[in-house]
Amino acid sequence: MLSTIVQNLLNALQWGSFYALIALGYSLVYGVLLLINFAHGDVFMVGAYIGFFVATFLLTQAAGLPGWVVLAVTIPATMALTAVVGVTLERVAYRPLRRKGANRLYVVITALMAGLILEHGNLALLGASRKKFPELINEVVYTVGGVSFTNLKIAVILAAFAVFVLLHFIVTRTKIGMAMRAISYDKFAVPLMGIPIDTVIVFTFILGSSMAGLAGVLFAMSYPVLEPYMGALIGWKAFIAAVVGGIGDIRGAFVGGFLLGAVEILVVAFFPSTFRDLIAFTVLLVILSFKPTGLFGVAKTTKI
Amino acid sequence: MRRSWILAATLGLALAAPAWAADTIKIGFNIPLTGDIPKVGESSKYAAEMLREDVNSKGGLKVGDKTYKLEFIYEDNESKAESAVTTALKLIEQDEVLAIVGPNSSKQAVPAGQVCDDNETPMISPWSTNPDTTKDRPWVFRAAFLDPFQGPVAVDFATKTFQAKTAAVIYDLSNDYSKGLAEIFKADFEKKHGAGSVVAFESHGTKDQDFSAQLTKIIAAKPDFIFVPDNYNQVALIVKQAHNLGWTGPFMGSDAWGSAELMELCGDDCKGHYFSTHYAAAGATGATKEFIERYKAKYGYTPDDVAALTWDATRIVLQAIQDTGGLTGDLDKDRKAIRDAMASIKEFDGITGKMRFDEQGDPIKCAVVVKINDQGEFVFTESVCP
Repeated sequence: MLSTIVQNLLNALQWGSFYALIALGYSLVYGVLLLINFAHGDVFMVGAYIGFFVATFLLTQAAGLPGWVVLAVTIPATMALTAVVGVTLERVAYRPLRRKGANRLYVVITALMAGLILEHGNLALLGASRKKFPELINEVVYTVGGVSFTNLKIAVILAAFAVFVLLHFIVTRTKIGMAMRAISYDKFAVPLMGIPIDTVIVFTFILGSSMAGLAGVLFAMSYPVLEPYMGALIGWKAFIAAVVGGIGDIRGAFVGGFLLGAVEILVVAFFPSTFRDLIAFTVLLVILSFKPTGLFGVAKTTKI
Repeated sequence: MRRSWILAATLGLALAAPAWAADTIKIGFNIPLTGDIPKVGESSKYAAEMLREDVNSKGGLKVGDKTYKLEFIYEDNESKAESAVTTALKLIEQDEVLAIVGPNSSKQAVPAGQVCDDNETPMISPWSTNPDTTKDRPWVFRAAFLDPFQGPVAVDFATKTFQAKTAAVIYDLSNDYSKGLAEIFKADFEKKHGAGSVVAFESHGTKDQDFSAQLTKIIAAKPDFIFVPDNYNQVALIVKQAHNLGWTGPFMGSDAWGSAELMELCGDDCKGHYFSTHYAAAGATGATKEFIERYKAKYGYTPDDVAALTWDATRIVLQAIQDTGGLTGDLDKDRKAIRDAMASIKEFDGITGKMRFDEQGDPIKCAVVVKINDQGEFVFTESVCP
């Protein structure tokens, strides 16, 4: 019984890691721009595909490379390329609207459309056939006292924690982090202080999208069947996780992600799986009704 | 004056158009070209194209004393129940097809069957195994065996091969096929091994990617094997995650495993496991072998069961059209004639085996159990006949 509980906690940590990594991207962008970037779930999907193409390219072009070398190249390359996608989105879809002073509502709708364009662009370009992510590392199953885990599972959880520490450091301890917080505080006064607001926004998108790229590669390694719609549902759920945590606050995104992952796994572990979303979202709704700004959210102060 | 002449000419052309169309026979295909199981749609389309080219290159299909060219219309149902309904309506009303082949999966075939039955258009599903597809629907037929037959095949095979006394099941709750088969399997297994012998009975959703909680429960219950009546794309994830959670025992699958894409997605994890299906490509003989070789030469991979069943289903439609002895050109009358002809086919010799049809329009035919060998081929292990 104890081993089952520990096993489920491990499962929950792994599943929650993906929510947390994606929720961080939502939260960062919201913190700076007050924009809900609904395309973020699909940026995650694009990240998984980029990872797939980089990995297969390396495996076919430089055959004989050990898997871990391929992985070591795939991860930074995917993060960089996904960041390019995120920045392009900002440049093409969001910035023109911001320049014209459009209401935030229109930018959110644009984000929704950008997400659908990514999904269906993928469908048109690559077809409906699913892709199988190549096995880069040999997954070893360890069993300790009835609890089974793989090296990959541990790596995913560690990666999520490392990303959180890194982002928290950037936002609270660096100059650019201070600029990000400043923009969310007052985006009209900040440019007057000589802070290049566009650079900071681009940096925010780079951070958020590269984390989505990382999540995409790790997800594709854990669940190696890729399809164009894989980002939609997990993206929405991660968004909800970010809101429950207190959107705009990266601690909130992190805690919210793991909370949602844990509730989903534990509900399935003790109830029929039909109840999963019902119970999971009821729990989140109750949290929100007590703390409408989320766990870490403070009503209208500096966010991020 | 001149304008009215042009008008008259256009009208004349418009009126003449149906007369030309009468020289072709239109058959609709309601298949999943995108969505969860796109390979299933592709296989169906490829097999049907091959058949159409065969018939048309010989001049066409001779019905009565007239020869018709075949026109196949492929419509995508996105592997969704609601799209299968709109697709069926489009084929019936806009494209005015004589008969519909598909949908393949029971999730789409059950609702689309209702539409075809209500609109009095003959429909034949190649792959659907859920009883509800054809039940009390005189206009709906199928080419596959039924789950009440397939379930016991899996139970008996697993009991014998794995010496199993207990079993666990994981199935897709929102898929008519998966849910129906899982329940039939459970009932039959418990009938043969006593109540409580199915030690875990877990469900999941169609879009789920993580099954770790369900599998943890299943593995903790220590079954002798796990029965997975799921579509091939989910099978790939379930089998891999079970292995990562420490499961080393056998899996038993159902016919939805048998896609040409299963091994591509699942890889080494699926090797050594068994599933029940409609035909085994490896070691086929006669017309089946000829079909496999031609398909492989044309499209580059071994046809899966859906391809073979679509071939049979479409041939049943063509035979029914020929049996009518001649088409009138009146859509309602022709559809009725085709339905009656299809219902009176008593026996059909298909590439997936001989079939006899019962009064529900369901074939009585054999199932095979195949093993996935180390090369990733589906090897014939056993044939079970009703």
